[in-house]
Amino acid sequence: MLELADVSITYGHIQALKGISLEVREGEIVALIGANGAGKSTTLNAVSGLVPTTAGNIVYQGRSITGRAPHTIVREGIVQVPEGRAILTTLTVSDNLELGGFVRRDSEKDKDMDAVFARFPVLKEKAGEPAGILSGGEQQMLALGRALMARPKLLLLDEPSMGLAPLIVRDIFNIILEINKGGTAILLVEQNAKMALKISGRGYVIETGRIVLEDSAENLLHNPKVIAAYLGG
Amino acid sequence: MEPETAFSAIGEDLICIGRVTVFLQQFANALALGSVYALFAIGFTLIFGVLEIITLAHGTIFMVGAFAGLLAVTKLHLGLGPAILTAMLAAGTLGWVIDLVAVRPLRKRSFHHLAPMIATIGCATFITSIAQGLFGAEAYRFPFDFVPATSYTLGPVQLTLLQLIIIAISFAFMVIIIVLLHKTKWGKAVRAVAENRRTAALLGIPVDRVYQITSFTAGALGGAAGILTGINFNTIHAFMGGPMLHRGIAVVILGGMGDIRGALLGGLILGFSEIMSVAYISSDFRDAVSFGLLFLILLLKPAGIFGRTGERKV
Ligand SMILES: Nc1ncnc2c1ncn2[C@@H]1O[C@H](COP(=O)(O)OP(=O)(O)O)[C@@H](O)[C@H]1O
Ligand SMILES: [Mg+2]
Repeated sequence: MLELADVSITYGHIQALKGISLEVREGEIVALIGANGAGKSTTLNAVSGLVPTTAGNIVYQGRSITGRAPHTIVREGIVQVPEGRAILTTLTVSDNLELGGFVRRDSEKDKDMDAVFARFPVLKEKAGEPAGILSGGEQQMLALGRALMARPKLLLLDEPSMGLAPLIVRDIFNIILEINKGGTAILLVEQNAKMALKISGRGYVIETGRIVLEDSAENLLHNPKVIAAYLGG
Repeated sequence: MEPETAFSAIGEDLICIGRVTVFLQQFANALALGSVYALFAIGFTLIFGVLEIITLAHGTIFMVGAFAGLLAVTKLHLGLGPAILTAMLAAGTLGWVIDLVAVRPLRKRSFHHLAPMIATIGCATFITSIAQGLFGAEAYRFPFDFVPATSYTLGPVQLTLLQLIIIAISFAFMVIIIVLLHKTKWGKAVRAVAENRRTAALLGIPVDRVYQITSFTAGALGGAAGILTGINFNTIHAFMGGPMLHRGIAVVILGGMGDIRGALLGGLILGFSEIMSVAYISSDFRDAVSFGLLFLILLLKPAGIFGRTGERKV
């Protein structure tokens, strides 16, 4: 459903992506793993239209979305939960969720909000509070819940485990799996490669702006190079 | 008690009551003036909070609102309500056009933070000279008795109908703006952009449209302040925007840049200090006293009353 073909991106003099090609198919979880500064976030931001590409093409459901404005990409059903979660701290928890459904025009938003509250009861308890008071784990739940409010077809998750305690990380990954079982494709960026590969079907390894490995998650988990570089073996 | 001392005691009481009455009277004047300042400053602070620029065309927008209201009354023979709407529509449209021609092109590229100031000064100068060309330098007035000189007595305070209208309309618009920002989908989108435009974009909010809506709204509020000031002082001229712009800047710095509550409170404080310094010191020192007071408050709270460094709230 999503295909990047030879996508390059430069920030001033820094070439952050040097011709990235990758693919996400319907219903998949695809992991994108790599060291800090490898270009993972830049890849997601290219898809979301936040950074302009200097070369290459991004195709979604058969149509090019290269160079389109970020809000029109959300309308297509591609929703990113960025690194650091990007909660609107001065707005309430429920306002954050409501804005998650900004692009929708149907009448089932209230129903979806109830579903989010059912999945994350803690958000319901704090619905009227400013989102800035939430803990890190709660903010990640809010960020996921907010993204679900858009009824995404493809979720781009940027380091959802960052800064969270191990137990909460497990919760978050379970929720990601659940979301995927509901039919949403997921492109998952993680430094926590082991966790990411365990829930993914396929994976890509990115190093300094280039894809250096591409395989099934199963194979990547047993690949000696991956083990040495990313799985702490 | 000797009769003479008793008499002078009553006299002192009377003087005292007189003073209180004068004070309460000034209170009404100050509230009328301050609420218009607040209305003007809210538009200014809204632009700063959402677009993150300082627009130096807001005074000109105010002047255009006053003239549009005047023409609506003198040429189209509209009543007060429709005239205010005309002023807001004209000034709002101007705010939107200025964003379109002067600010938006800068947004498309990365710009120096002073560039929008220069661009909006350019717009202000251009529009002011057009107004001067059309209307000359003389002052215009609303027709005699456009707002009947009725007054109401509330206890010791006398409020003119005009003051009542100004206070009611200013506060009504401020309440409407705050309710819109907190209760509507687009209002929340505006606040989202004010907090973080990148996050807002990732939620599917059309950030550029939010900038346009904000520019129109801020302009409309400036236009409402313009026609209300025009009626209040009954002088409208091409250069009336300059002094208002200075006050607006002072008010939003005082209240905390980008904070609506701050603009409201700052506007009232400025209105009160101006009226009270005229009443109790001297009209010659009005600006010296009121701006001196602003300066003092800023010494105590450098980020403004509601200002916090690194965070904005709309
Ligand atoms: N806004 C930016 N301006 C300049 N350089 C950037 C910017 N964002 C990222 N980079 C650089 O691009 C490279 C890739 O960054 P990023 O995509 O954030 O990596 P990752 O998410 O894999 O840690 C890094 O060298 C980083 O320093
Ligand atoms: Mg990153």
